[in-house]
Amino acid sequence: MNSFPWLTVLGLVPLIGSVVVALLPKSMPLLAKQLAFAISLVVLGLVVVMALQFDGQSEFVFQFQESYDWIPAFGVTYSLGVDGIALVLIALSAVLVPITILAGWNDVEQPQSDSVGSVKGYFALILLLETMMIGVFAATDVFLFYVFFEAMLIPVYFMIGRYGGAQRSYAAMKFLIYSLVGGLFMLAAMIGLYVVTGTFNFTQILLGAGIDANTQKILFLGFFLAFAIKAPMWPFHTWLPDAAAASKPGTAVLLIGVLDKVGTFGMIRYCLPIFPAASDFYAPVIIALAVIGVFYGAFVALGQNDLKRLFAYSSMSHFGFIILGIFVFTTIGISGATVYMIAHGLSTAALFLTAGYLMQRRNGSSLLSDYSGVNKPAPVLAGFFLFAALSSLALPGLVSFVGEFMVLLGTFQRYMWVGGIATLGIVITAAYVLRVYQKSMTGAVGSGLEHIKDLTGREISALVPIAALTIFLGLYPAPVLNVINPAVNTVMVMVGATDPAPTVGLISTTSQGAQQ
Amino acid sequence: MNAVATVVHAVDVTPWEMPTLDYRLLAPVLIVLGAGVVSVLFEAFLPRGVRRPVQLTLVFVTLIAALVAVINLNGVRETAGQGALAIDGPGLILQGAVVVIAILGALLMAERGLDPNGDAFAARASSLPGSEDERQFTARGYFQTEIWAFFLFAVGGMMLFPIANDLLMMFVALEVMSLPLYLLAGMARRRRLLSQEAALKYFVLGAFASAFFLYGAALLYGFSGSISFGEIAASLGSKTGETALILIAIGLVVAGVLFKIGAAPFHQWVPDVYQGAPTPVTGFMAAAVKIAAFGALLRLLYVALGGMRWDWTPMLWVISILTMFVGAILALTQSDIKRMIAYSSIAQAGFILLGVVAVSAKGLEGAIFYLIAYAFTTIGVFAIISMVRDENGEATHLSKWAGLGRQSPVIATLFTIFMLALTGIPLTSGFIGKFAVFSAAYASGDKWLVIAAVVASLIAAFFYMRVVVLMFFTEPNEETAIVAIPSIFTTIALAAAATVTVLLGVVPQPLLDLIANAGVFIR
Repeated sequence: MNSFPWLTVLGLVPLIGSVVVALLPKSMPLLAKQLAFAISLVVLGLVVVMALQFDGQSEFVFQFQESYDWIPAFGVTYSLGVDGIALVLIALSAVLVPITILAGWNDVEQPQSDSVGSVKGYFALILLLETMMIGVFAATDVFLFYVFFEAMLIPVYFMIGRYGGAQRSYAAMKFLIYSLVGGLFMLAAMIGLYVVTGTFNFTQILLGAGIDANTQKILFLGFFLAFAIKAPMWPFHTWLPDAAAASKPGTAVLLIGVLDKVGTFGMIRYCLPIFPAASDFYAPVIIALAVIGVFYGAFVALGQNDLKRLFAYSSMSHFGFIILGIFVFTTIGISGATVYMIAHGLSTAALFLTAGYLMQRRNGSSLLSDYSGVNKPAPVLAGFFLFAALSSLALPGLVSFVGEFMVLLGTFQRYMWVGGIATLGIVITAAYVLRVYQKSMTGAVGSGLEHIKDLTGREISALVPIAALTIFLGLYPAPVLNVINPAVNTVMVMVGATDPAPTVGLISTTSQGAQQ
Repeated sequence: MNAVATVVHAVDVTPWEMPTLDYRLLAPVLIVLGAGVVSVLFEAFLPRGVRRPVQLTLVFVTLIAALVAVINLNGVRETAGQGALAIDGPGLILQGAVVVIAILGALLMAERGLDPNGDAFAARASSLPGSEDERQFTARGYFQTEIWAFFLFAVGGMMLFPIANDLLMMFVALEVMSLPLYLLAGMARRRRLLSQEAALKYFVLGAFASAFFLYGAALLYGFSGSISFGEIAASLGSKTGETALILIAIGLVVAGVLFKIGAAPFHQWVPDVYQGAPTPVTGFMAAAVKIAAFGALLRLLYVALGGMRWDWTPMLWVISILTMFVGAILALTQSDIKRMIAYSSIAQAGFILLGVVAVSAKGLEGAIFYLIAYAFTTIGVFAIISMVRDENGEATHLSKWAGLGRQSPVIATLFTIFMLALTGIPLTSGFIGKFAVFSAAYASGDKWLVIAAVVASLIAAFFYMRVVVLMFFTEPNEETAIVAIPSIFTTIALAAAATVTVLLGVVPQPLLDLIANAGVFIR
């Protein structure tokens, strides 16, 4: 343990940066971008330095802890701390923010964009959002978590509503209202939790006497609804395609790549340990919904002609896998779900950014039918698109494969049939992903596409880190797994689940292999 | 005071003795009401030219002196005026809040930089709308400074209302507070017919509500033989059996106060009055009357009728739910921002009622915090409404707010902060307030009421956010209003409102401590 307030500093740097960027004169958009990029790199640097000091073997669940009284009248503390899962998600946010800024360099430039906001405003909002993202993962006080969880909506609301496409106003409102539905029910449940336990401090809640099972079942619903809407899980997903379709690619990356992970993160961090009995009680229903989501998302994606909507539905399918991994209550399932979150963040970023590059070259059209044969005029773009597609369908050797494989393995350990059915989802994923690639990139060059430019250096440099991480972690996931496994074990202990004894030798060997 | 003291003694059998009055305890109220009398004299004897500076000086000096007098009573916990007034922690906090809000309200009313013809008030309220007289008065640049006398009397009534400790004093306070407000509501410079209609409606319905209150008070007096809250509580505790009449009495008295709060089904006046009254008056009224009336309601219910809580909580349950939903749902359909905020204030009253229904120290604290938070936000909201104008005065139609974020980003951002606070988004005062009353209600076992409130908050979020959508997500068009540059008066009020709204969201603890240390009502 060291006394340097890492997490507070991590949150403050982008916050101050956001204010500074917002205060720049409107006539200096370039400076605003450069400053925002520099600040996001500073944050990334800080996260790397912090992560290197994270002790994977430590007996403390939470590291880099800070705790101060905030509102003693309500028993609210300003408590921060990270376990392995939170750490990797913070790292994911810190990686994706500079990439998003770099990739979205010209996205909100007037007058080609149809947005109503200023350039500096967009980048200030991204930095503000980064503060909230770090805060929401680092909070170890339920109230503080809720504050970030809700406050996070505001920057995103403006990012969609001010800088999005034609339907932005509708999409932003829908996003906000859906999120508030979840958030306000969570508020009610949180108040209930406070009344029952008398504290908001996460650790103290867990140390305290367990909550009676019937109360758990009610309170769990409040929290879970918020997370299920955020994630989003079928049937609470309808805001996502609209939001994604109306967003700038950068907004969509942060929204789907990071923000939606707050939902699945919340399930692991709050639902499972605080309400073990209720989690167990509702698990069959949730697993059923998750599997439905896997197929529903995949099938709808198969029939989509709008690229952004297609990726949104595809994400929904992936979220089905993540939720499945969480609620089978096996170590490998939950670890897999966490790896899947990272993998999905990276592959979503790759997909949306390459698709964004593509759309920008054709007046922002997101219709799949507008594109064909792009690989001839723009081979590098097509190459990255193929990479993103393969990463989305979980090609072995890429990190998404590790996540998906572990989730399915964990599911098989517990529910053979569910695992079997869910595996079929992969096939459909492959079908729609490859269909997109085939239609847009191969074949005869579509009219109007003959002279499109290939990726520029800036655009490539935003994609290279994603690709590198995807491959590196795909071949060597140990750094991530070593960090998250202790946290996952703690969750397993708290939820009172034990891994089923291996019945087939082959599975248990493989599972150990994957854990290494 | 003497008149009241005499009344108290009329019902006493003990021989008459000289009432003792501790002037220190009465100082805050006496200062304000005394200044009101002085203000009338100024109107009568000062030449027109010097009235405004003199009246303004009087008002602000008075309010600051009253605030000092309230602070000076810090820690006092006793009854005054022969038991007619209760000077205790919650009462003093509410008084202090009323004074502070009155200062901000006075700043809004003193504004003369927004309307090209002067302030927000009619040049002569007595001139016929649209008449030659009116044109003449306006052209000659006449101003009404009588508003300040009314204002001071209203503030005095509001300060008396939450510390009134018997039924008669409460009624007097109610009337002292209301009568000047009826008049102020009818004095708008623009859209005068609307304003006069609002005033009349407010007066007629208000008189009706006062009658309810009096009727109930008479019944309670008949039952308990006393008008003092303490003795009513004692006799309600000792006698049993005659519940039907008591319930009617409680219903009537509470209805009279609920009218002032704007709780459904006594809310019909709210949208008309909010819309018709001059905007600075609306802002002051919306904020300060809520504080005063909720203070009175809390004292009435907790002190006098505390023993009957099992009888009146179900009634308030229903009223609270009704108020939240009527306010939130009807606000959805509004196209005028003042009417929308009026319905929003109804919904907010429903949320505050959650703290009342909790019947606990936490509920009292939560309700007081919510009231203070809400009052500052409301002042800010109306400050901005008074600044958004077109050639016909304030542009209150929502369509004129489209694209305001592009034209005046600072004002639009401030308005967004207020809307977020009213929605109850974290890091604003509104969230802490909601949390305080919701958790108090939950702790008292009113789980389903909290769920209902959550659903109502959600509906409310929709119309609050609609304004944000209009301001920020739509392009300005030729209809879009202009944000007028206010003088220092409105600027100070707006800055204070915004600062407090954010500050109470980020560091609410000092105020929560202050309220918690104030304790509960003296019995």
